[in-house]
Amino acid sequence: MLIPSLLGISVIIYTILALAPGDPFGQLLTNPNVPAAVVASLRAKFGLDDPIWLRYLHWLVAMLHGDWGFSFASRINVSTLILERLPVSLAILGAAELLAILIAIPVGVLAGTRPYSIFDKIANTLAFVGFSLPTFFTGLVLILIFSIRLNWLPFVFQSNMSSTGLTWLWQNILQSIMPVTVLGLFQGAALVRYVRASVLDVVRLDYVTTARAKGIGERKVIMRHIVRNALIPVVTLVAVQLPVVFGGAIITEQIFRIPGMGSLLISSILSDDTPVVMAITFVYAVLVIVFNLIADLLYAWLDPRIAYR
Amino acid sequence: MPGSTPASLIAEGPEVFRAPELVAGPRLSLRRQAWRRFRKHTLAVASLFILGFLVLGVVVGPLLWRVPMGAIDLSAMLQGPLLDHPFGTNGLGQDLLARMIFGGRISLAVGVAAMAVAVGIGVAVGAIAGMASGRVDAALMWLTDLFLALPQLPLLLLLMYLFRGALRAAFGDEGGIFLLIVVVIGGLRWMSLARLVRAQFLSLREKEFIEAARALGASRARLMLRHLLPNALGPVIVAGTIEVANAIIIESTLSFLGLGFPPDVPTWGHMLYDAQQYLDSAPHWALIPGAAIFLSVLSINFIGDGLRDALDPRRVI
Repeated sequence: MLIPSLLGISVIIYTILALAPGDPFGQLLTNPNVPAAVVASLRAKFGLDDPIWLRYLHWLVAMLHGDWGFSFASRINVSTLILERLPVSLAILGAAELLAILIAIPVGVLAGTRPYSIFDKIANTLAFVGFSLPTFFTGLVLILIFSIRLNWLPFVFQSNMSSTGLTWLWQNILQSIMPVTVLGLFQGAALVRYVRASVLDVVRLDYVTTARAKGIGERKVIMRHIVRNALIPVVTLVAVQLPVVFGGAIITEQIFRIPGMGSLLISSILSDDTPVVMAITFVYAVLVIVFNLIADLLYAWLDPRIAYR
Repeated sequence: MPGSTPASLIAEGPEVFRAPELVAGPRLSLRRQAWRRFRKHTLAVASLFILGFLVLGVVVGPLLWRVPMGAIDLSAMLQGPLLDHPFGTNGLGQDLLARMIFGGRISLAVGVAAMAVAVGIGVAVGAIAGMASGRVDAALMWLTDLFLALPQLPLLLLLMYLFRGALRAAFGDEGGIFLLIVVVIGGLRWMSLARLVRAQFLSLREKEFIEAARALGASRARLMLRHLLPNALGPVIVAGTIEVANAIIIESTLSFLGLGFPPDVPTWGHMLYDAQQYLDSAPHWALIPGAAIFLSVLSINFIGDGLRDALDPRRVI
């Protein structure tokens, strides 16, 4: 399941790039100082005149060997460039996802166990507000309030700070607060409604009534009986929503100038750095598929009724 | 028939047992029932008014507010909201209200058009998969899952970047980009609709009225267009509504990242992009388009939720 999807995605991305107008040697062609014969030999060397499926195979083999090409703009290997950026992105993403879960689970469970109460209605309305607010707007508003008006938080993210030890940690926390909040609230708002719906599904089941009838305290019924089962489908939802979260992360990185994969992608796009663009898109695809696989495995582990052949 | 409109007709009872000459009757009352359910959703009704106001403002706005959006007035740079510029001005002294009206036209048009593309592809794929079953179904669903696993925003950015020049050359600055954005957003957002329609078809297919139609000799095409699709419409309308909101967010995201419409076309997202450098001196420049995006997306989402109550009463989320 994993391999065919990855192959499929790589075919799609490669086809898009191949169909695109424009030529990697376009600049050379228009340069009068480069003779046509040189261009032709270069094209032959890089296999640009081969049929597309052959080029795709070449590219695939190179990717599998870890040879991801060479960045036009920064003149270093694409793989080193991406490895440099990936940890920052994953740290922000992980922290935001954690915040989202920490918000969504308690709120969703409370709303789901008291459906149509005032709390439920307020939570639902706020959830709608939360995922209707575009992340780029929330980001700008937070910068306006906390950096410009109150001057509490830095709004340009710095990756190489001179300080060490605790001050380094503190500074990193300070500069991560806003991006993590923006992403986490957006993600949490979407999750709340799923958690609530999932809790609502479970509350109706007979075993919950049985548990209540046996005189188990409401608190314990909720924590031990309802929440445990209601959260199983939520695991999958977190994974399924990852492509959306990556999108949000790209925007957040761009607003707060976080040196992660997203900002690298945008700067590479704007500077026509095709190898980097291609590689980053592919890395995102791999991340999505890997997290989906993890979610599937987790799902089977959490819910023994589901078996994979 | 989970969630489709006629299910509730049967569920609600009395209407079904009407005399044959009143066949036209239940249709109307079906709609009235849906409207009654929709009306109960206060926020959805309020959103309907807000969205209506936004659409009206964007459509008739230029007739009432005749300040040209491109007029540069360097003496009135970065002005806050005042009488002669109700929304203030931008870094070139251009009137923001006029630009907001123009941008709103683009944002809302992109939202609706991209939704139409997504619904078109989604319904086609879902209907074919649901009708065909077997190998065709499996292949189409594999394709749907594949598209679901694609990293959306990176791919959108990539597509915009690669095809922007060619389409601008072919269809002009605004038309080309409009076409590209609409097709690209629609082409990456049809998957949930396809799944929805397929699921509807799979359950509807087994119903007696389909069997009856088949026994009467209805062709597959007639079966699909006349019997299955209309009955699967409720959830599609709901999903389509929410898709409009998503498309608006995606379009403004692209513009905000500098890969949407060309810089001289003032979309809401692009205004935010321009405004972010002036956040300290002219916050209104960023807040107004941001609030407009937020309001339209929020109201469309609420309307979608209200429609879900009205047309698709059994779904919880």
